[in-house]
Amino acid sequence: MFKILKAEFIAPSIKRFEIEAPKIAAKRKAGQFVIVRINETGERIPLTIADSDTIKGTITIIVQGIGKTTKELNNLSTGEFILDLVGPLGKPSHIENFGTAVSIGGGVGTAIAYPTAVALKQAGNHTISIIGGRSKEFVILENEMNEVCDEVFPTTDDGSYGFHGFVTQKLQSLIDSGRKIDFVLAIGPIPMMKAVAETTRPYGIKTVVSLNPVMVDGTGMCGGCRATVDNKTVFVCVDGPEFDAHLVDFETLTRRNIAYREMESESFEIHNCNLDKAIGEL
Amino acid sequence: MSDLSKKERMKIPRQIMPEQDALERSSNFKEVNLGYTEELAKMEALRCLQCPKPVCVEGCPVGVKIDEFIKLVSEGDFLGASAKIKEDNMLPAVCGRVCPQEEQCEAKCVVGKKGESIAIGRLERFVADFERNNVGLRTIEIKNKSGKKVAVVGSGPAGLSCAGDLVQMGHEVTVFEALHELGGVLIYGIPEFRLPKEIVKAEIDSLKNLGVDFKTNSVIGFTDTIDELLKDGFDAVFIAVGAGLPNFMNLPGENLNGVYSSNEFLTRVNLMKAYKFPEYDTPVFNVEGKNVAVFGGGNTAMDAVRTSKRLGAKNAFIIYRRSEAEMPARKEEVHHAKQEGIEFLMLSNPNKFIGDENGWLNGVEITRMELGEPDASGRRRPVAIPNSEYVIDIDMAVIAIGNGSNPIIQQTTPDLGYNKWGNIVVDEETMATSKPGVFAGGDIVTGGATVILAMGAGRKAAKSIDEYLKTI
Ligand SMILES: Cc1cc2nc3c(=O)[nH]c(=O)nc-3n(C[C@H](O)[C@H](O)[C@H](O)COP(=O)(O)OP(=O)(O)OC[C@H]3O[C@@H](n4cnc5c(N)ncnc54)[C@H](O)[C@@H]3O)c2cc1C
Ligand code: FES
Repeated sequence: MFKILKAEFIAPSIKRFEIEAPKIAAKRKAGQFVIVRINETGERIPLTIADSDTIKGTITIIVQGIGKTTKELNNLSTGEFILDLVGPLGKPSHIENFGTAVSIGGGVGTAIAYPTAVALKQAGNHTISIIGGRSKEFVILENEMNEVCDEVFPTTDDGSYGFHGFVTQKLQSLIDSGRKIDFVLAIGPIPMMKAVAETTRPYGIKTVVSLNPVMVDGTGMCGGCRATVDNKTVFVCVDGPEFDAHLVDFETLTRRNIAYREMESESFEIHNCNLDKAIGEL
Repeated sequence: MSDLSKKERMKIPRQIMPEQDALERSSNFKEVNLGYTEELAKMEALRCLQCPKPVCVEGCPVGVKIDEFIKLVSEGDFLGASAKIKEDNMLPAVCGRVCPQEEQCEAKCVVGKKGESIAIGRLERFVADFERNNVGLRTIEIKNKSGKKVAVVGSGPAGLSCAGDLVQMGHEVTVFEALHELGGVLIYGIPEFRLPKEIVKAEIDSLKNLGVDFKTNSVIGFTDTIDELLKDGFDAVFIAVGAGLPNFMNLPGENLNGVYSSNEFLTRVNLMKAYKFPEYDTPVFNVEGKNVAVFGGGNTAMDAVRTSKRLGAKNAFIIYRRSEAEMPARKEEVHHAKQEGIEFLMLSNPNKFIGDENGWLNGVEITRMELGEPDASGRRRPVAIPNSEYVIDIDMAVIAIGNGSNPIIQQTTPDLGYNKWGNIVVDEETMATSKPGVFAGGDIVTGGATVILAMGAGRKAAKSIDEYLKTI
């Protein structure tokens, strides 16, 4: 059992958790993830470790309630417990002093990009971050990014805050302004990561994305997380999760990620029905 | 009864083990075999000729004193029989169910040369179940604590048996397991209908009772490395992480939706209980009324195909590139699969998976094969018949062609000896690796093998770890 020491919403349906896990806190490196199983009937889902505090012995995860498990997770509060937590898993981000490094986060992807941005800064890079959201309230971790990055550009699709447009438009404008960019990390929804890959491809800028396939064990045992990179099959949990954006087959990833969508919504509806019933019976 | 002559004993027919009706069981996950009654067991035991030189024992990878335990069964001393088996086999309830007896002890049985061999596996299973149901967990008081600590990595049969022996030798044992459940393949791979999980849990509970400490959610290599375990106070480490990296066939279309590795399919259903979806959250593709093809001919393939039938598949196929004679699966599983309506397409090799416009699997192209000259394994090599390709409509495919070795230990402990397939190299006598204090056994050493061999390796390692601990 792993205790939630702090849980708070930082944006609509996006919650930040500090969980007691001293071993993982001491070990984890930027880019690694944990597998979480909330309760006895729960599924195993991967979540990137956004931060850790080795003194308090906690790790931070930031969760957007989208599927059944993430929504259930977001119903948990300070003082409650998570049944199983295992990690740190996956290969740490490859960090070096590239020169100028841009970290791009879309929505909750900013939480995943954050630890790598910290590591890029520590390695001596001039760090820029572009953090996007649909509208102002979905732009997260701006303060945290400000602390570790030399320049931070919030963007919103609706123009309610920062740059009006997509993260890729901001990136393009940086490139067009003649800035020399040596490295781009992009994490967010698949269409966003794909768009970033296409933006940097003509300029040959080294670009890395963190993939988020469906996983079960997270240790290379099941092959459920396989993706196609450079026309070869990889197991994202042990070979990744970060890969060269210009070599990833995003179509296969998108298709495999929605394989259970219908079943998931069925499960979620039943869950909600039961909740309604339970509330009705009160 | 026990003074029967040899001739009279030979006249008794092999006792049939009661099982669930094939039609009924093909839609439930309850155990297929129901096990002998006391009467059936005694009758079966009477068939044993008590050979002066029991060759069956030679056929057992761990040398269970088969003749002696069977004699005790014939006398009705079932607990005595159980104790006798446990001198050599820690997991009889498991092995009685999953060992390939027809290639081991039963293959050597003298009675089997003329008629049907003694049903040694069924007797082993009966004896172990009798003890579990009638005595419950036995506790042994462990004297002479050595004060030495051993870490066991992995909780499959190799890890469990090593832990069990070491704790009884007086050492402090901690088992680290990557998953949230203990038992390795016995829990996540082999289905409930062949090996009820309650049996595996009882074995683990008895180890807990003996004082073995279990830590789940611990991926050694990540959570702690082998070196850190040694630094943090463990005097020795036994690595028993199994095979655990599924092989694919590298065919076009293998990443279509609807294609699983057997590990993923079985883990979803067994470990994550997807057969109880949506009560449990983990889904598995809905195969109700659909066609499922499983590629491979081993126990894993049989488990996967029979699982798909239980999930409601209309047609469930085994597709194997050699002929039935070459299939490595236990004969009983093949027999049960056929009874349950599984279709066997032998001498058939897949070329590619075919998908619809949304990327969902809807067919597989097969080439027919014929058997040619024997290959390195001694089995006749399958050769493609020219222009014999045809397509079968399938909605789900499960690839069950074995496992490679998981890279996590190798990546994080590069200073162990590995062979070119990533298996850990050990001294076969002592199970010692090239690194002092580190031992290994089970599938991570041999590649995918059997429960009994893994268990045997665990016990062998326990013995030499005990020796090693005396020297430090
Ligand atoms: C579906 C299926 C059916 C089978 N049927 C039969 C049968 O009928 N008869 C038979 O004799 N054999 C059968 N086998 C083979 C048999 O199960 C294996 O040979 C045996 O389980 C190997 O035991 P093991 O202890 O070496 O490894 P495993 O049982 O694989 O256990 C290894 C354990 O280590 C854990 N682990 C892995 N990496 C780490 C790590 N880094 N840190 C911590 N823990 C880790 C794993 O999660 C696992 O729990 C079958 C196998 C499968 C897959
Ligand atoms: S999640 Fe199972 S292999 Fe990656």
